[in-house]
Amino acid sequence: MQAAQTEPAVSCRGLRKIYDARRGAAVVAVDGIDLAIRRGECYGLLGPNGAGKTTTVEILEGILQPSAGEVQLLGMSWSRDDVRLRERIGVALQETRLPERLSVREVLDLFRSFYRRPRPVAALLSDVELTEKRDAWVGKLSGGQRQRLAIACAMVGEPDILFLDEPTTGLDPQSRRQLWDLVLRFRAGGGTVVLTTHYMEEAQRLCDRVAIVDHGRIIKEGSPAELIRSLGAQHVIEFSLEGGAAVAEAELRALPAVTGARVAPDGGCSLTVSEPAQALPALIALVSGRGAALARLETRHATLEDVFVTLTGRHLRDG
Amino acid sequence: MKTADEDRPARPHPVVQLTLMRLRELSREPGTLFWVFGFPILMSIALGLAFRSTGPAPVVVGALPGVSDEVTRALAAGGVRVRPLDEPTARTELRAGRVALVLVPPAAAGAPLGYRFDDVRPESRLGRAVVDDILQRSAGRRDPRAVRDDLVRERGARYIDFLIPGLIGMNLMSGSMWGIGWVLVNMRVRKLLKRLLAAPMRRRHLFYAQALARLVMIPIEIVVILVFARLAFDVRMTGSWLALALVSVTGSACFAGLAILVASRAQNSETVSGLMNLVMLPMFVLSGVFFSSAHFPAFMQPAVNALPLTALCNGLRAVIIDGAGLAGVAGALGLMAAWGAISFVIGLRLFRWG
Repeated sequence: MQAAQTEPAVSCRGLRKIYDARRGAAVVAVDGIDLAIRRGECYGLLGPNGAGKTTTVEILEGILQPSAGEVQLLGMSWSRDDVRLRERIGVALQETRLPERLSVREVLDLFRSFYRRPRPVAALLSDVELTEKRDAWVGKLSGGQRQRLAIACAMVGEPDILFLDEPTTGLDPQSRRQLWDLVLRFRAGGGTVVLTTHYMEEAQRLCDRVAIVDHGRIIKEGSPAELIRSLGAQHVIEFSLEGGAAVAEAELRALPAVTGARVAPDGGCSLTVSEPAQALPALIALVSGRGAALARLETRHATLEDVFVTLTGRHLRDG
Repeated sequence: MKTADEDRPARPHPVVQLTLMRLRELSREPGTLFWVFGFPILMSIALGLAFRSTGPAPVVVGALPGVSDEVTRALAAGGVRVRPLDEPTARTELRAGRVALVLVPPAAAGAPLGYRFDDVRPESRLGRAVVDDILQRSAGRRDPRAVRDDLVRERGARYIDFLIPGLIGMNLMSGSMWGIGWVLVNMRVRKLLKRLLAAPMRRRHLFYAQALARLVMIPIEIVVILVFARLAFDVRMTGSWLALALVSVTGSACFAGLAILVASRAQNSETVSGLMNLVMLPMFVLSGVFFSSAHFPAFMQPAVNALPLTALCNGLRAVIIDGAGLAGVAGALGLMAAWGAISFVIGLRLFRWG
């Protein structure tokens, strides 16, 4: 058991999943993914909808069979240790509608019956702050409360690894923050978290490391800070000109302290900048030299979204 | 409760919890309670009233103008209702079956009295026999052979006696089909099947739980209808309770197998409803729920008799009306067990969790 502690929490090599479409071409949902997730870390798969995040996670969870590749969790594999592994992971699927006419406590009792050493209902309820709702029907809960109940179900067996697939999609900001606290508390207790998200803020807040996934592949991996640093600049200037006037990308790249420039088809421009104090006056000079005027100007810190845009030319939410 | 929680009490068995989930959902859904209990009771009230037996109905005949008073008086004295009708009304009433025959006055003195009726209608032929008998006797006919009527009005021969076991059979079928097939597909749509699969649940436990939940429901379903039928229509259960239990449980298990087969791949509730109606509707008609399946032509009988609902209804009738024991229903039990086992095995093979 001691030796096992040095194993990574999750590792996989050459993971592929191909769905044969009945008619037409086969769909490659996962196209060769390698992962090595350490114990106690929170690892995020960040990418747009349809990138293959859910398929990847469901293969890791042992729900889907990969077309190729190997998965090891805690040094065990699904083919040999299915029963033992299930006891040690917790899963919240992207969308599960728990039985609406069961009370919160009844749902937890149902899930507790599957585990050899389930946690007590009272402890689970207080962890996810649903103690007052213990006798309420699931159908009467808010979206955030339902999601917290789903996570409580995942934590019934005191898992070593918690898989969360898009845990905060569709939640209001307050419920989202409540859920983040829950994940951070689990991690603080030594648990490993694997989560998928298309919210860059979520990945930035929660994750020790992030894999940026697109078209079934990991296109970049690292800590959020590393990924942002890879842009070569920490700041982003976004602007557009009055009347939708255009500027050439090459001209913008030539400005001092600008490491990257992109002009969207609608005329909106975005610059990655190492020193805003140098870039801004030069930009304003360029614009006024043309006799144009700025319609909008914004300076902010670079985010994972900017990393994604730089790598793929698309936004995360574009899908 | 709280302290017990903290001491990690003996964990409940997953099959018990899964069964409880099913029963709780069922009992907290008012609609299902109506379909399980209200509907068959309303059905037996409606059909029981429509086909109630109130002794032999009187023969009703029409008389055109010109039929003599002597004839109508003789018929009235013999218990036949005579309605004076003009020619056009007489035609429509005869066509609608509201009179069994129409008396046509003799064309001339000494000519015969006419009986106008449709000879393919049993009630018209009966009407003719009754009317002729009364008129001939009143005219002085003497019957040379002495006969005596021995009347028997047996319980069990009424339509309601035939109907109640049929309704129980139909109810057991739809209970299993909807209660298992629809519920499983619904769990698949809600991704609940997938979520359960992600937990350390044994797959077979889910199926055991569905079966257990049915086992809890079956006696309630049957007893409610039987008690109602006894109180409202004096329908009596004459056979062995053990045989009744075995027929019902085997029938339900058979339809549970069919339900799992039908639900094995359906990805939404519309598909599964369509498939279930496709399976059930022909049996509602063919299997003798509302009328005897013996009415179908001979070449259809082998197919009709191979249907599981036919076996269930015949088995239930044999036990409830004819007082059959286990031996009398062995054939039905075997047929249903075969249907159930085959569809369960195929269904399980095809079954999709995600």
